[in-house]
Order: sequence, then structure tokens, then C-alpha cells
Amino acid sequence: MSDLAPWVEVVLRAVAVLAAFLVLPLIVGQTEHKVMAHMQGRLGPMYAGGFHGWAQLVADGVKFVQKEDITPARADRWVFRLAPFVALIPYLVALAVIPLSPTVVGADVDASAVLVLAVIGVGIIGTLMAGWASANKYSLLGAMRAGAQLVSYELPMVLAVASVALAAGSLSLVSIAEAWKPWWLLWQLPGAVVFLVAALAELQRPPFDMPLADSEIVFGAFTEYTGLRFAFFLLAEYAGIVVMSLLFAVLYLGGWSGPFEQWLGWLWTVLKGFLVAVVVIWLRVSWPRMREDQLQRLAWVWLVPMALLQLALTAVGVVVFP
Amino acid sequence: MSGYVAVAAVLGAGVLLVTAAMVVRRLLAPRAPHAAKLTTYESGVDPVGEGWAQTKVRYFVFSFLYVIFAVDAIYLFPWATVIRDADLGRASLVEMGIFIGVIVLGLAHAGRRGLLRWV
Repeated sequence: MSDLAPWVEVVLRAVAVLAAFLVLPLIVGQTEHKVMAHMQGRLGPMYAGGFHGWAQLVADGVKFVQKEDITPARADRWVFRLAPFVALIPYLVALAVIPLSPTVVGADVDASAVLVLAVIGVGIIGTLMAGWASANKYSLLGAMRAGAQLVSYELPMVLAVASVALAAGSLSLVSIAEAWKPWWLLWQLPGAVVFLVAALAELQRPPFDMPLADSEIVFGAFTEYTGLRFAFFLLAEYAGIVVMSLLFAVLYLGGWSGPFEQWLGWLWTVLKGFLVAVVVIWLRVSWPRMREDQLQRLAWVWLVPMALLQLALTAVGVVVFP
Repeated sequence: MSGYVAVAAVLGAGVLLVTAAMVVRRLLAPRAPHAAKLTTYESGVDPVGEGWAQTKVRYFVFSFLYVIFAVDAIYLFPWATVIRDADLGRASLVEMGIFIGVIVLGLAHAGRRGLLRWV
């Protein structure tokens, strides 16, 4: 792309990232519909679009646009209306800096590992805004739970990523994936487990979906939302799955390294990320929801010490066996 | 530097996306506000009480712990880039061991005092 004018290149990159951001979450969502259905002995969507209901989520989107957008009379109007965007856009920025291969990357920045973590943490502010501005008891409880969950799980996640950065000696996702070797699967295994669990919790996916717990607090912070704004919160969740899965593939599964990598390249990253996304869906189907105190205990008593242990293991590995 | 320009462009694309979506919604979605529709949802009954209520924020201890560990994590990232330096490597390993050890001690203390329980 070097023969293009700089501004054209920047615009093309933004458009490409936007396209990926609008397509990949739908693919994950459709996969969830189908995989979950078959795991439960159902067929899932079969009609929309003709072939195995492939257009179900497109139809859902069209439906959401045509629904009335209600702002409750007691709500803090502006905060309430802005919240879905604050929840959604951080994942778009995160997706931009995750490399699919050394050349296929939306925005190539030096400290991309740190940038991704920082940007992902912003999304929670959207949930807190939604919960507070709704002036609804269920929403406030949901937002408080979401905040508590993020505070507890951000930490093991950051420590796990720090461990990989330490092993690779770089904060750039491209360099980390290039430094990756197959035996890291074993060396970084505790960190990978910590990262996957913390990622599930950050996305508020089952078994960590107390902030949404439909049988207790209706739909948590999103209770008062309707129409397109509600759809944006759902899109943010699935975009989050895409971001976390690709990040896991790049950090722990070597990204684009694999047989025929000089030809396949970015396809390997997408394939590995897709498999991680299927695991995320699988965990939703197979685990019951945890209780709030169990969730906090898991983070502080198990995950944080495990992440610190991984950090020590990595540091000793780097210094003693260079 | 050009990488960060692209990040800014993506951010701009995100703002454009939500703006365009809201314009489309305004054109397509019906608008029929109604008093009952605009009341706060409380499982079918009229909302009870005022906006203010006393509650116990149970996780303030977790927030304190988080702040301490988050500062710790910030120091870990630069460490990751210098640990391979032959002059710094082993010494920094010991120093980081002490640093993390002190924090783990703090976590263990908090756990022993029963602060890591939600209820």
C-alpha cells in the first residue's frame, strides 16, 4: 500500500477495520446460534436467507433499526443515549491494532499489547453509564456487578499479558507472535488459562454473566434499552468475543505461524481465533452461572496468584535459560 | 507515528458508524411516546421509592487492592523490555521478586483478615 497517498491509506485502513468489525461479530453470533442449538439437540435458525438461516442476524439488525427507541422519563437523557456507543467503539479500536499477520494489521503501533488492554478497559464505562443513567434498580445493580467484575478480572488478565510480553521481550503484538515457539504452549499454559477465564469474565459471558443475570435482575444495566441502542450493546458483546479470541490466538497460539504460513499467513490467525470463539460458546453452553461472591473469590484467591506464579516462571525462564 | 494516525482514523470511523446508524434509526423507527411506556421498568408494578437509597458497596476493598496491583502491573511492562539486558537481567529479576513479594504479602494479609469475601 506504499504507493498510495498517506491519507488514502489511512482511510482504506479505517474502512477495512470497520468492515471486519461489522462482519466478524455476526459470524461469531451465527456460529453461536448454530453450535448452541446443535449442542442442545435443536436446529437453530433455519429460515432467514434460505440456507440454514445464514441471514438470521442480518434480519435481526433490520428489525432492531425499525424498533422504537425509548428513553425513560426518569433517565439521565444524554448519558443514557451515549452509553451504547461508549461500550461499542473501544472494541473497534482494539480490533484495529490486533495483527492478523505482520502485514495484515489495521494500525501498526509499537506498544500494541498495552494499547489493546487500555482500550478494552474503556468499554466497561459504557455499562456503568447505562446502569447509572437508567435510574432503574435492576440496571444499577447490574452496573455495580459489572464494575466489581471488571476490577477483579482486569488484573489477572494484565498480569497474564505481561508474562507473554516478558517472554517475548516486546510490547508489540507482532513481535510477540513472531517470538512465539510451540513449546510456549506448555511454558505459558497457566497464563493462557488465566487469560481465557479473565476474558470470559470481562465479556460478562456465562458462567460469569451475573451483571446480566436474566433470572435475577432482568437484563442488568441494559434493562431499559430498546431498539438499535440495545442492539449496539449486543454487538459490543460479540465484538468483544472476536477481539478476545484473536488476542488469545496472537498471544498464546502463535498467531499466523503454522504450516504453509508464507501463503496462508493471516488465515491461520483467523482460524485459531475462530476455534477460541467456539470454545467461548461451548463454555456458555456447558457451565452454570456463578454466584457473585464465588466469582470474586475465584479472581483473587486463584487467578491472581496463578498469574503471579506464571510471571515468576516466565522471568526465571527468560533470565536463566536465555 | 502513522500507526497512531490510523488508530485515530478508526476512532473517527466508529463515531461515523454510530452517527449514521442513529440517522437511519431516526428515519425508520416509529416514535409514539406514552406515559406508561416511559416509566421505569420494575417487573410490571409502578416504580417504588425515590432515586436515592442507601446501599452497601461491598467491593470497595477490591477496588483498593486493584489500584495497588494496577500500579504494580504498570511497572511490569517496562521491565519486560529490559530483562534480556545482560547487565540488568539477574539483578532486576531479584528486585522484581522483592517488589512482587511485598505485594503478594499484602494480598495474603488481606485474605487472612477475611477481606476477600464478598459477604
